[in-house]
Amino acid sequence: MSKENGVIYRISGPVVTAVGISPRMYEVVRVGDEGLMGEVIELHGDQSVIQVYEETSGIKPGEPVIRTGQTLSVQLGPGLLTQIYDGIQRPLPKLEETMGVFITRGVDADGLDLKRKWEFNAVAKKGDDVSSGQVIGKVQETETIEHRVMVPPNVSGKVKSIKSGTFNITETVCVLDDGTEIAMMQEWPVRHPRPFVQKYAPDVPLITGQRILDFLFPLAKGGTAGIPGPFGSGKTVTQQQLAKWSDAQIVVYIGCGERGNEMTEVLDEFPHLIDPNTNKPLMNRTVMIANTSNMPVAAREASVYTGITIAEYFRDMGYNVALMADSTSRWAEAMREISSRLEEMPGEEGYPAYLSSRLAEFYERAGRVETLSGSDGSVSVIGAVSPPGGDISEPVSQGTLRIVKVFWGLDAGLARQRHFPAINWLNSYSLYPQALDQWYRDNIAPDFPEVRTEISTLLQIESELQEIVQLVGSDALPVDQQLTLEVARMIREFFLQQNAFHDVDTFSDLDLQYHMAKAILSFQEEAKKAIAGGAQLEDVVNVPARTDLMRGRFEKGYEDRISDLVSEMSKQIDASMEAN
Amino acid sequence: MSGKEYRTITDVKGPLVFLNKTEPVSYGEIVQLMLSDGSIKNGQVLDTSDDQVIVQVFEGTASVDRQTGVKFLGDVFKLPVSKGLIGRILDGAGRPRDGGPDIVADEMADIIGAAINPYSRQSPESFIQTGISAIDACTSLVRGQKLPIFSASGLPHNDIALQIARQAKLVDSDDDFVVVFCAMGITAEEYNFFVHDLERTGALENSALFVNLADDPAVERLITPRLALTAAEYLAFEHDYHVLVIYTDMTNYCESLRQIGAAREEVPGRRGYPGYMYTDLAMLYERAGLVKGKKGSITQFPILTMPGDDITHPIPDLSGYITEGQIVISRELHQKGIYPPINVLPSLSRLMNAGIGDGKTREDHKSVSDQLYAAYAQGRELRGLVAIVGEDALNERDLQLLKFADIFEDQFLRQSRDEDRSISEGTLDLAWNLLSNIDTKYLVRLDQKWIDKYHPTEKSSNEEE
Repeated sequence: MSKENGVIYRISGPVVTAVGISPRMYEVVRVGDEGLMGEVIELHGDQSVIQVYEETSGIKPGEPVIRTGQTLSVQLGPGLLTQIYDGIQRPLPKLEETMGVFITRGVDADGLDLKRKWEFNAVAKKGDDVSSGQVIGKVQETETIEHRVMVPPNVSGKVKSIKSGTFNITETVCVLDDGTEIAMMQEWPVRHPRPFVQKYAPDVPLITGQRILDFLFPLAKGGTAGIPGPFGSGKTVTQQQLAKWSDAQIVVYIGCGERGNEMTEVLDEFPHLIDPNTNKPLMNRTVMIANTSNMPVAAREASVYTGITIAEYFRDMGYNVALMADSTSRWAEAMREISSRLEEMPGEEGYPAYLSSRLAEFYERAGRVETLSGSDGSVSVIGAVSPPGGDISEPVSQGTLRIVKVFWGLDAGLARQRHFPAINWLNSYSLYPQALDQWYRDNIAPDFPEVRTEISTLLQIESELQEIVQLVGSDALPVDQQLTLEVARMIREFFLQQNAFHDVDTFSDLDLQYHMAKAILSFQEEAKKAIAGGAQLEDVVNVPARTDLMRGRFEKGYEDRISDLVSEMSKQIDASMEAN
Repeated sequence: MSGKEYRTITDVKGPLVFLNKTEPVSYGEIVQLMLSDGSIKNGQVLDTSDDQVIVQVFEGTASVDRQTGVKFLGDVFKLPVSKGLIGRILDGAGRPRDGGPDIVADEMADIIGAAINPYSRQSPESFIQTGISAIDACTSLVRGQKLPIFSASGLPHNDIALQIARQAKLVDSDDDFVVVFCAMGITAEEYNFFVHDLERTGALENSALFVNLADDPAVERLITPRLALTAAEYLAFEHDYHVLVIYTDMTNYCESLRQIGAAREEVPGRRGYPGYMYTDLAMLYERAGLVKGKKGSITQFPILTMPGDDITHPIPDLSGYITEGQIVISRELHQKGIYPPINVLPSLSRLMNAGIGDGKTREDHKSVSDQLYAAYAQGRELRGLVAIVGEDALNERDLQLLKFADIFEDQFLRQSRDEDRSISEGTLDLAWNLLSNIDTKYLVRLDQKWIDKYHPTEKSSNEEE
């Protein structure tokens, strides 16, 4: 395709109109004398409307616009992990090298280091029939993750030659009979989902170490979850906790239109964190995309696609990938901003009419799949939503809730009481428990689902009792209901509250979660017995061993001591009965 | 550039001027309008194409006519910056207002300001002691943070901002702060209040002021904070100053933004504010922080008044999503006569955990702060209950918490306008004293080791068990 040149006709913020070219929709073009990167988003008569990924001030009508013939793509290959990108896959450390601490413009940077050499170990052999998605070789990309080099999409044939050794990612490592040369790097257009054979129903939980999530509202590997919440309710901390502790093999973290200092915190912290599953730095499995709120809005729009394409690529290698997008509202606002510059007819609250279909398309790229190479991989998507004023009746929250299967509703009231994670246990839900129950029975405890039901029922009863307490005070309730309130309080303060900043409390494995839940239920049972036997509620509640049990969760080795602490509590409760 | 003068104005609408048939003009370029009476107005290109150019006029379009000459200056808006800015008072467009000479520029800085590469930022983690207990204990401020004051009309947010400006100090160094003050659409009276206070305390010599008052052009307000932040960036990152930027009132800024949006007939977002307001605000707020390899820092204190005391209004709402927390001023506390009337419950500092604890403030800070919150939140909730059922229906624990809420407001929150409490002896010890009114067994947020060490009556030394 010959490269035609056009000129700029109009500039309005991040939207530039060009004449004199007839590009394809979503083609990448270079705008102006500085060659700023842009993407064609509308064709209108002889005018092409372009969203530009960099700041446009100082650009004039009449400056050139050059077609590239390609759609917005990412480079995929060894070197993705531990990297931090902006919304269009430019590595931020590279940008710092070329333009200093402030991001200026017109700088092009490859997503992957094209010079770095990797040790490639061929697994395919000469004469093998290979097709797209098939693994032909392996590279130890980081200490913990083996990068599986796959045949690029739409390529297949018989291997003519393949060699192990040290190569950079653009060197040919494999040649097919028809002369096709395969290197370690491939490219993929971000707005197209990568192919797979079929989707499976998710039936394995994504374990996050966060008690309220794993225990009450679990997410499956390959599932989707939405976290809406007003500012200050802990969305970002929750997302970061998931990025840190979830048992996915690969984590893609998209900071979409959020705070610069928060991204820095993540960047500073992750290299020092140790993955509880592998005992290696968490950074080894992480790819980060940071497009902060003051970076160009069009690149923010692209950032979620860049992220999910990278996630799909690792899925295709047979990995379980978790993707966190913080926040999808900023992404939606980027769409709104561009849409209004295009003078499109707005839908609800000024958002474009295609908002909900874009959201659906994005979340639909999650899933547990059979990959082209026949292995099993998944992408779980967890999207934060930032509804204005915390009111989830707005379009982005609603569009998200229609699609996702798990809803973790953050609550400003809980956050205000410093109940963290401030996830409201009454209105949050997960549609996965049924699919996952068998897994819990087989792997944790046969009565796991029943314990969960009991805990959530207690919380439900508490909320009903609280309404009465609001009117008459707790002393007016019968003793058994007062006990229920105490038990529910224990669930909230001991089990649901979890301190993300505490070395020990920040992560609880499923076994411990189960034992903690059981401890609460056994307190309830013992207390009932004791009260029936004449003990005072106050004495039962205040046995020192219960405080020890509750405070103990902040100490190392708690999982080994919890059963002793429970039996000590039972003993003391028994004693309180005899004291009367 | 050419400096060619055009007389091709076709439309004038609110603060916008539309021109036809110009040479190519760049987006964001600065424009001068020559009025027939010889006066000059300044503006900036908002939209440019071969056929039409839209110019936003900072001083308003009064007396602009079709004969007005328009000159494009071939450059985007720049502020002359030098260390000489310190001690000066400039107007909302960066011209001297104090009768002094023009700023001798060391450099011309683009006022839009480029985004800091997130990779090049340094995590803010140095505690700033403000001497105000509510802030220091519960919403601790760190250097490089942006922490707005969410207030409402009739509340003493200006006193609080000034008290912070006066008392703010770093605990880990002797460096002083330079204050960059940016006024957007405030009244002359408020402005005088600020200036007099800064003068009285001698802080004026250490400040740079950018002032757009209520009767100054509304559109100019859109550039005033950008000038202030450009000056702040220059002082912080070229001259290693720790800069404290106070700007007031963000609500006026947003109103101006809406005005321009309406004049351009843009599709409005919530309550008529433009859909890009989030991005626009972020371009201001995100200019806080620290960068690797530079000693200086920018800490921001934007003040905004919530229309109708409504925290869900788009201005506080979008701000809250960008800033690293907020300090919420409460009308209820103000009416009880408590100064500073900071409601700690909805207030928040997101960077607090990085700036407090052993070696920074004190090891027990986090626990104490959590416990204060929890106890005060429950105490306040119980007030509602007591109003219905009376105190008799409360158990012992609830009674203690109820009483604690009163003590907390009266002794912990309340302090005088010049009372500068140190974090350890002034604030945290006071917190322990107040918490000792509650039985230790109800203080579940406190680690036992801190109780043993700091509790006034249960310290290990006088424990017998």
